[in-house]
Amino acid sequence: MSAAVGEDLLAADAGGGRDQLRARQRRATAVSWVFLAAVVFAVVVLLVLLVAVAYRGVPSLSWSLLSSKASRNAESAGLQTALFGTLWVISLTAIIALPVGIGAAIYLEEYAPRNWWTRALQTNIANLAGVPSVVYGLLGLGIFANFFGFGRSIITGALTMALLILPVIIIASQEAIRAVPLSLRQGAYALGATPWQVSRHHVLPVAMPGILTGTILALSRAIGETAPLLVAGAAAYLTYNPDSLTDGFTALPIQIYNWTDRPQQEFKDLAAAGIIILLVVLIGMNAGAIYLRHRFSKKTRW
Amino acid sequence: MNEERLIGQAAAPGVSPMVMGGGSIAPRLDLSGARSRNLSERLIGVVLFLCGAVSLLTTVGIIGVLVFEAVEFFLEISPLDFFFGTEWSPQINQNPLYGVIPLITGTLTIAIIAMIITLPLGLMSAIYLAEYAAPPARAVLKPVLELLAGIPTIVYGYFALTFITPNVLQPILPETEVFNALSAGIAVGIMILPMVASLSEDALRAVPRALREASFALGATKLETSTRIVVPAALSGIFASFILAISRAVGETMIIVVAAGSRPADVIPNPLGQLQAMTSYIVLTLSGDAPRGTTEYRTLFAVGLTLFAMTLLLNIVSQWLVARFREVYQ
Repeated sequence: MSAAVGEDLLAADAGGGRDQLRARQRRATAVSWVFLAAVVFAVVVLLVLLVAVAYRGVPSLSWSLLSSKASRNAESAGLQTALFGTLWVISLTAIIALPVGIGAAIYLEEYAPRNWWTRALQTNIANLAGVPSVVYGLLGLGIFANFFGFGRSIITGALTMALLILPVIIIASQEAIRAVPLSLRQGAYALGATPWQVSRHHVLPVAMPGILTGTILALSRAIGETAPLLVAGAAAYLTYNPDSLTDGFTALPIQIYNWTDRPQQEFKDLAAAGIIILLVVLIGMNAGAIYLRHRFSKKTRW
Repeated sequence: MNEERLIGQAAAPGVSPMVMGGGSIAPRLDLSGARSRNLSERLIGVVLFLCGAVSLLTTVGIIGVLVFEAVEFFLEISPLDFFFGTEWSPQINQNPLYGVIPLITGTLTIAIIAMIITLPLGLMSAIYLAEYAAPPARAVLKPVLELLAGIPTIVYGYFALTFITPNVLQPILPETEVFNALSAGIAVGIMILPMVASLSEDALRAVPRALREASFALGATKLETSTRIVVPAALSGIFASFILAISRAVGETMIIVVAAGSRPADVIPNPLGQLQAMTSYIVLTLSGDAPRGTTEYRTLFAVGLTLFAMTLLLNIVSQWLVARFREVYQ
């Protein structure tokens, strides 16, 4: 490759080409605009998407959209059931996935010996992160809903979601733990602390902002996930709020899907309003994660 | 960094035996509480190990449930008919046909359309961000790309159905159906664009400065340096990001469910018409409820297993590419 460049340059020289050099420079400038255009395309698409959703959805936004339950009638249909379902499922997902994810990360970074078993675990986690979410849905359907008999319930949905985001939480937590300076651990060990005391009192507190940032981002991904819940257990149409773990549920993105899927334009507008609410929730969570990262990255300097 | 980690790993096991040893010297006079501390230490070690093992159990669970139901399925329908059959009509009561090829070509059609959008745009964005963009421009563009990556797929599906099809495709190609593969493929391409751009950018940034400077010193322009020196040097990472992108496109579900319709297509699908992909088949069938123990239910898992195998293969190839062809610079 570099040989080819050399020949070109020699050829340019041999041609004595001021013009050729200028042409090459012109081409370089022109193509740099093409590169810029590619990035600008992404920005424009984002803007178009937001404007298109806002254009259809904003007129349908109202308090009654949040407070009404599902209905076959577009005027009285609302998101209340879906909001409750999402709240239930995501809280439970966090309760399950956070401790397990942090535990796994501590094990891999602080406890695990460096051998084939640990490498296998690590490869396995990387591969799990690449499994399509709909396959997790099948796992939830086959194992939690049918084998354990939880049926199409909140607990099935939350367990499925927890397994889905676990690899993301583990990888993010590992990175945060790895960033904790070694001297901190050595200091604690020198004073006679046990491995768990070192992890619990010295490594975790320092790594916590990073872990929480990763977890919030993982949970915000889970809030938008539709396919696994649809496959594993959510109901597409539900008119009562869940009040126990074994109740059926629907969720925000599923309600949006349900409305998008109907042929009437009024429901498509409602779906756009639902998307606005979903995006507001996600932007709020992401802003929280960025704030956490920013605040703690300023505070601790090593 | 690697070296540091090695020391860290060596230090932890090195210290704990000392603590345990201290406990065994004075077994009767246990003033320090070292013994109970030992016990709880071990218990905690086991609990943490179990947390780590959950991910392994997940893999076992996925493969187990897929294989178990798929085997039941293949006892009813011959694997030959499944993998080589060219007609997919499981919902028909008399003589249903279970040829998975149309679902696979449906999936591939979406993936190919997505790649046509995302590969050039992703690579060019990556080159711009890594080689050209001034820090302030990067500071604006990177978060926008991250935002694009954070939008749920159902939203892209909605965008494809209610904007791309009626406002972009139908004015240009009037024969486009309301549900069509093209709009879904374009939306999938937009969805994975940020991932390709950011992974390729990382690969480009990992190329040492010295290579660029040597190229400039020989009189190469910025463009020549980027495309003939930096991109070839980062090629393994760029290819890895491409393959990961294909894997994401193959596994994408909701965009296809919402925008590409529900009618299984021919072996060579028409991009302007409806099609079913492996993922969308699974969701659409379950939306209509498939009772456990029926052939319909088992079909889901046979299709799921095929999908899982395809994405796993792609992910492994991507990891192998990164590990095998990573250029190491001193």
